[in-house]
Amino acid sequence: MNKSAIFLLNIAAVSVLGLFLWWAEGSLDGYKIQILNLIAVNIILALSLNLIYGFTGMFSLGHAGFMAIGAYVCSILILTPDQKDTMYILGGAYEWVQNAQAPFLAAVVAGGLVAAVFGFIVGFPLLRLGDDYLGIATLGFAEIVRVVATNVSGITNGSLGLKGIPAHANLWWNFGWCLVTLYVIVRLLKCNTGSVLKAIRDDEIAAKAMGVNVFRYKLLSFTVGSFFAGIGGALLASLVTTIDPKMFLFTLTFNVLMIVVTGGLGSLTGSVLAGVGITVLLEWLRVVENPISLGSFEVAGIPGMRMVVFSLALIVIILFRREGLMGMREFSWARLLGKKGER
Amino acid sequence: MNVETFIQHALNSLTLGSLYALIAIGYTMVYGILRLINFAHSEIFMLGAYFVFWGVTLLALPWPLAIALSIAFTAGVGIMVDKVAYRPLRDAPRISALISSIGVSFFLQNVAIVFFQAIPRAVYRPEWMEQPFILGNVRILPITLFVPVLSVVLMLGLLYIVYRTKTGLGMRAISKDIETSYLMGVPVNRVIAITFGIGSALAAASGIMWALRYPQLQPIMGTIPGFKAFIAAVFGGIGSIHGAVVGGVILGFIEIMTVAFFPDLAGYRDAFAFVLLIVVLMIKPTGLFGARVEDKV
Repeated sequence: MNKSAIFLLNIAAVSVLGLFLWWAEGSLDGYKIQILNLIAVNIILALSLNLIYGFTGMFSLGHAGFMAIGAYVCSILILTPDQKDTMYILGGAYEWVQNAQAPFLAAVVAGGLVAAVFGFIVGFPLLRLGDDYLGIATLGFAEIVRVVATNVSGITNGSLGLKGIPAHANLWWNFGWCLVTLYVIVRLLKCNTGSVLKAIRDDEIAAKAMGVNVFRYKLLSFTVGSFFAGIGGALLASLVTTIDPKMFLFTLTFNVLMIVVTGGLGSLTGSVLAGVGITVLLEWLRVVENPISLGSFEVAGIPGMRMVVFSLALIVIILFRREGLMGMREFSWARLLGKKGER
Repeated sequence: MNVETFIQHALNSLTLGSLYALIAIGYTMVYGILRLINFAHSEIFMLGAYFVFWGVTLLALPWPLAIALSIAFTAGVGIMVDKVAYRPLRDAPRISALISSIGVSFFLQNVAIVFFQAIPRAVYRPEWMEQPFILGNVRILPITLFVPVLSVVLMLGLLYIVYRTKTGLGMRAISKDIETSYLMGVPVNRVIAITFGIGSALAAASGIMWALRYPQLQPIMGTIPGFKAFIAAVFGGIGSIHGAVVGGVILGFIEIMTVAFFPDLAGYRDAFAFVLLIVVLMIKPTGLFGARVEDKV
């Protein structure tokens, strides 16, 4: 298949998505729209973690930390000074926090950039570590972010968190960012850098022996991943309109990891599909937590059951289908349309 | 700060440190043998604490019996976790087992939320534990002394098992080379199961004492101590038992003393361990007593 045909098909796919969103905005109820929004945010997060973990082989458990950074930066920028005046009751906000203001697009980008800067800074010392140690050290980073967010009340309003964040993140913003993320990561992986990253994942020592500057590429991948994690966090903040340090517990990283592993480590298609599937499942499973009425009987809901089912699913997937939904395969138009011998 | 307060803080540090040490031993043993961070270990710690208090309050068992049953039961859970979630993945890439252990950790935690409910519960303590004895100006709760002493006893028992028994020989052999041990006739799966059993029993003991010391139970109570104990194990040199003990005690001292000397930093106490971890990994990646590991080509 030639390039222009693929380009046209891509345009067509994006237009179909656009039509769907336009239809959804007009005819679905608020709850369903919210789920669609969450899907977009979860896909962004899963793609960014997949870049770090699935394509570069760096076991990072610090996603919640980068999301927290993005979420706080964005929220502070889009909250009005008046809102901040009434909200920061623990001794008031710092002057520069109080006066900081930016339009939504700039705020989201700023969230991503600050997260990327942090990714770059912590990546420097941490990325020398081997897989398990990297996991626990990045987890440590996320915990430190949370502890700092709880204590620096002049910036984050401490454990009270920020409320009434303007809800700018609608379907168009979220899916727009989702496409941007997908585009950037696909471009990154398709060019030479992508091959280098996969080489590092498959055998770091061999890559080093081939003369690859492993550390520089790892840092690049980690920084780009952190950037999009920050974007995801920023959109999430504007989507749920309330953030506090407790929101960025390890559970959040776990959800993203779950999506990546289910979809397949090293498959962007898998991340997208699992992002849709798992977000819907997570919401749908709320059924088991709500009281169910059967005629006149009322079966009490079981709080926490959702995560029981979920963690069990992760164990079953890793035990019986280690490579996830897609393994390392990717979607391609040629395969979809049944053209053999072409890619 | 006068001498009395210092002694008071030192005793508290020692107690906290030995609790960390007991959990850290479980991490270090499993890591030494399977090269696996057993994330579920912190939930084992939590279960140990819950079981004993359900035994005492619901089943009205006497304390010693409840403690013994809880430890035995928790050890059983640890062995089951290995059997169900890790054994099928022995030949898989190590990362699969790690993800499985995160899954198990969440599973146990949420099962606890479902069955024990998420609200924190106060722990009922035996009366003699509430009576501090007073030396000069130092108030000492019995548990403050009891914990380090019991920890030392348990650790001596463990060292005996590891260095004087056949099972211990098996553990040490497996930690060097699992395939060769298998070929040499070491019952690998049984030895690993015993390792999980012992590690879980020590975590349960720590969980019980933790709940007596800081009398509150909640399903997520294991997470932070678990992370910190893992860090203690890394600090001491993962795979080394005395390393875990030394690491745990040092971590306890750092945590309590920093808060004691710089009360302004109290809010950051949960972050100290992680900062320490990152610093240690930078300077001495294999920890205090860790062996140097070369990259295999």
